[in-house]
Amino acid sequence: MLLELDDVHVHYGKIEAVKGVSVTVDEGEVVTLIGANGAGKTTTLKAVSGVRNVTGGRILFEGADITKVAPHRRVEMGICQAPEGRGIFPGMTVLENLEMGCYTRKDRKTGIKARDLERVYGLFPRLAERRTQSGGTLSGGEQQMLAIGRALMARPKVLLLDEPSMGLAPKLIAQIFQIITEISRQGTTILLVEQNAQQALRRADRAYILESGRVVKSAAAGDLLNDDTVRQAYLGGLGH
Amino acid sequence: MIATVVLASLSEGARLLRDNFWDYTVTGATIGAIYSLVALGYTLVYGVLRLINFAHSEIFMIGTFGALYATQWLGFDPGDPKKTGIALIGVLLFCLVIAMAVSGASAVVLERIAYRPLRRRGSTRLAALISAIGASFAISEAFALWRGRNFEQFPRLFDKTHTVFTLFGYDVRADQVLIILSALFMMVALDQFVRRTRLGRGVRAVAQNSETAQLMGVNIDRVIVLTFLLGGLMAGGAALLDMVFLEQTRYNIGFILGVKAFTAAVLGGIGNLRGALLGGFVLGLVENYGSALFGTQWKDVISFTLLVAVLMFRPTGLLGESLGKARA
Ligand SMILES: Nc1ncnc2c1ncn2[C@@H]1O[C@H](COP(=O)(O)OP(=O)(O)OP(=O)(O)O)[C@@H](O)[C@H]1O
Ligand SMILES: [Mg+2]
Repeated sequence: MLLELDDVHVHYGKIEAVKGVSVTVDEGEVVTLIGANGAGKTTTLKAVSGVRNVTGGRILFEGADITKVAPHRRVEMGICQAPEGRGIFPGMTVLENLEMGCYTRKDRKTGIKARDLERVYGLFPRLAERRTQSGGTLSGGEQQMLAIGRALMARPKVLLLDEPSMGLAPKLIAQIFQIITEISRQGTTILLVEQNAQQALRRADRAYILESGRVVKSAAAGDLLNDDTVRQAYLGGLGH
Repeated sequence: MIATVVLASLSEGARLLRDNFWDYTVTGATIGAIYSLVALGYTLVYGVLRLINFAHSEIFMIGTFGALYATQWLGFDPGDPKKTGIALIGVLLFCLVIAMAVSGASAVVLERIAYRPLRRRGSTRLAALISAIGASFAISEAFALWRGRNFEQFPRLFDKTHTVFTLFGYDVRADQVLIILSALFMMVALDQFVRRTRLGRGVRAVAQNSETAQLMGVNIDRVIVLTFLLGGLMAGGAALLDMVFLEQTRYNIGFILGVKAFTAAVLGGIGNLRGALLGGFVLGLVENYGSALFGTQWKDVISFTLLVAVLMFRPTGLLGESLGKARA
């Protein structure tokens, strides 16, 4: 197992946002976490990245307990995230933002960085055109591409994506999901948080459904796509 | 009646300023350079932590004592014969290194003791601010108890009346040239460090979006320590330059200068390194021209009126917030 959340609890003050979530992600998989607003998806990803402390349970990465490991060390170990709202550094250029992705990499001085840049520019040609533009002036879609590309620059073993489709036009959403599939095909494991259940379930291998801080269902993504209760609750307005 | 007196004194002030314009300009720029260096510390810490480090003025004060001690180690006494040439450069560098080291180390210790425990506990910004004010008083009073409350004399290191060059009829003195050039050099070095190096990029990343910076693998604690260290080093440099210029120090010497430097940082746009540079020089010049026009007793009034005016009419300062730009 590459990544394992074992009965993870997270509190904001007295409020418990994540109430014992267990999730596993195997190497090479695309696993999606879907759920309504406030279900605790973002909080779960923050716990995996370590920017939010867990108040119970364990997080394992490649078999090692990383529950108490500092966030920057987790990036070094191979966990990188494109956060909700993109988190672009507005005062840095597109290129500088991408370079922040390999901040922890020891080999960033070698030619490997150039090759990774080529890979990201290959996935997102728009970023190549705009490499000297400052991050704050990009459109929402471009910022999302930048956030994903930047996380890829870390060469993560598992890529965490928090609502990459948020606020994008349908055409762009389709494009982003296509690229996510492409990234997976190139060999990166992905944990994808989405509200766009339709697209997420179509692209993922397995899925977990989160409701007010708890996993209420987990199954192969294809099964959930055809599950009646799931269709009603999460695919209603988005379905065919 | 009063109006005529005021007008008469103003026009006299104007004549004074016109006749000695370059004198006031060079002196203003000299003091402005020192403000800029200290302002950098406020701006760096604010950019990264959104915290006004009120104890920064005491970091500067500690630097002045560091410089004073350095001269005493070298066996200088006030009124000792001055040094020249290589020996002088050596003495200045030695004092600079000591002042910077003492200030830098104090800033790091300050962060450890006064801020980090609060941050760990997730305290509010108000708590950190109160801690800052408390630390400022504690340090300054500790120095008052240790060194007494009187001024201590800093020895004259070199012949200050020596004219380096003449600017439109005004003889620019060696200490003024030294101060302005060293301050500019230090500021350029800092700017390049933040722009070009990996750690500097980490500082900018934390300032712009601290959570994402962590997600990219920036060690936020290290960046915060580095930020305090850089601010402390600049304050230490400023401390030596201030001693060369004004030649005396005591426990509360940081107070007014600290508020002025803070004003400079706000004036330039707090969080913005180049803004601190600009703000310091602008404040130094405005203050000095103003003291010619209205009389030296009005100097501090002018500075703080300027601070209030900036806060009222342009709260983001001359250059806005750019180390940050983090409001997005
Ligand atoms: N900083 C915070 N302080 C207090 N409560 C928070 C904080 N962040 C999130 N919460 C609460 O935790 C719960 C889970 O939030 P979270 O952001 O993880 O949900 P989410 O599933 O990502 O929702 P969305 O789909 O809207 O992004 C919510 O009830 C939210 O109000
Ligand atoms: Mg969310």
